[in-house]
Amino acid sequence: MIHFVVHEEGDGVGVVVVEGVKAGQHLAGWIMEDDKDIEVVAKSDIPIGHKVSLKDYREGDTVIKYGVDIGRVVKPIAKGEHLHVHNVKTKRW
Amino acid sequence: MDLSKASFWGYKRENGRVGVRNHVVILPVDDLSNAACEAVANNIKGTLAIPHPYGRLQFGADLELHFRTLIGTGSNPNVAAVIVICIEDQWAKKVADAIAATGKPVAYFGIEQHGDHDTILRASKKAKEFVQWASELRREERPLKDLWVSTKCGESDTTSGCGANPTVGNAFDKLYPQGVTLVFGETTELTGGEHLVAARCRNDDVRKKFQFMFDRYQKVVEAHKTNDLSDSQPTKGNIAGGLTTIEEKALGNIQKIGRKCVVDGVLDKAETPTHPGLWFMDSSSAAAEMVTLVAAAGYTVHFFPTGQGNVIGNPILPVIKLCANPRTVRTMSEHIDVDVSGLLRKELTPDQAGDKLLECMFRTANGRLTAAEALGHREFVLTRLYESA
Repeated sequence: MIHFVVHEEGDGVGVVVVEGVKAGQHLAGWIMEDDKDIEVVAKSDIPIGHKVSLKDYREGDTVIKYGVDIGRVVKPIAKGEHLHVHNVKTKRW
Repeated sequence: MDLSKASFWGYKRENGRVGVRNHVVILPVDDLSNAACEAVANNIKGTLAIPHPYGRLQFGADLELHFRTLIGTGSNPNVAAVIVICIEDQWAKKVADAIAATGKPVAYFGIEQHGDHDTILRASKKAKEFVQWASELRREERPLKDLWVSTKCGESDTTSGCGANPTVGNAFDKLYPQGVTLVFGETTELTGGEHLVAARCRNDDVRKKFQFMFDRYQKVVEAHKTNDLSDSQPTKGNIAGGLTTIEEKALGNIQKIGRKCVVDGVLDKAETPTHPGLWFMDSSSAAAEMVTLVAAAGYTVHFFPTGQGNVIGNPILPVIKLCANPRTVRTMSEHIDVDVSGLLRKELTPDQAGDKLLECMFRTANGRLTAAEALGHREFVLTRLYESA
């Protein structure tokens, strides 16, 4: 069963594609572009469609998805935590 | 799917374009004419009024866009014949004459000095004549290249970028070599990925025009924004669906143009392309505005990927909805034409998902009603550039 997908190798986030992911759950991931498996342990409850962090981030770090910059970290994020608007902001506008 | 000999059944119009619907449209030039148009559509079954809130005291480029959108809507090959009604006779004639250049039957009526009753009576008589004539038109088999396909996504979430949008991209990559006329747009929704679109432009000339349109729209945002647009772009629905920044949303959005298509040219809002290929239209990212603009440009089938579940339709352009979010497919099934959620379970390959969408495209082109059509979604939203005089 696939719990989350990653666009390509090197991306720092995965997208949860099942409902009801809970903190502590072992998640099986699929790197779509490279057709590889990846695992992470969730440290937060994460809703379907939301992102799980695949690495530890410090404030000011850049988040990469699709191999491209999608924004800056404004609060530290640990691997396995929910990564969203509370800890990442746009670099534009 | 081998598309080299693919065909569909459409209505060949007087100007050579091919439609997949056969609407008789009752078109108001302005807000004041909505009531008369709706009365005519109520009198004459099988006609379609397209009410809207604008058309008075617009000027300059905003007025030009208003006319271009109305004339383009009437000229679209999904429309068999048109009744134009305006408070003023002269502007009714202006719109009617431009639509009549396509060769299709058009009649126009001004309300001033006649009143609603007389206008409705005369327009209804003409509409009855048109709808009976149109009902005898027959579909004929046409090559795939006669189809014009537009795309725009809405209420996107992260599943859009990894499921529904790449499915459109896969289909576009298959349609492009067949000489199909394609379009995408949503200028601000490329923010963060604009360099990827620029890199896909056919040549420096197209790239320069694209960049000019992109930069101009950024200036509009910069001039009017009161925050980082986190209340608007991404939308609340996008954020609820897991999209965090405009960059992330844009990178998902861009998946719709596939991996092989080249951006052959750029279009102003509601502008009709001059040759096959993939076009970029400078446009709002608001769903109904953008779909209205591509319908006015002459597109005849639309691919609309959604994540959280946008319910949009259009009066004349069949909007095919596809979704990869299993929760949305479950909770909003009546709105979804193509379920590609299997992509995220590895049960469907991108190639199979693209074929599934194309199969639905052919069925829709041949006459099957989309979910939005069956549910009566007829959102027609005119883009305004600035205040009226």
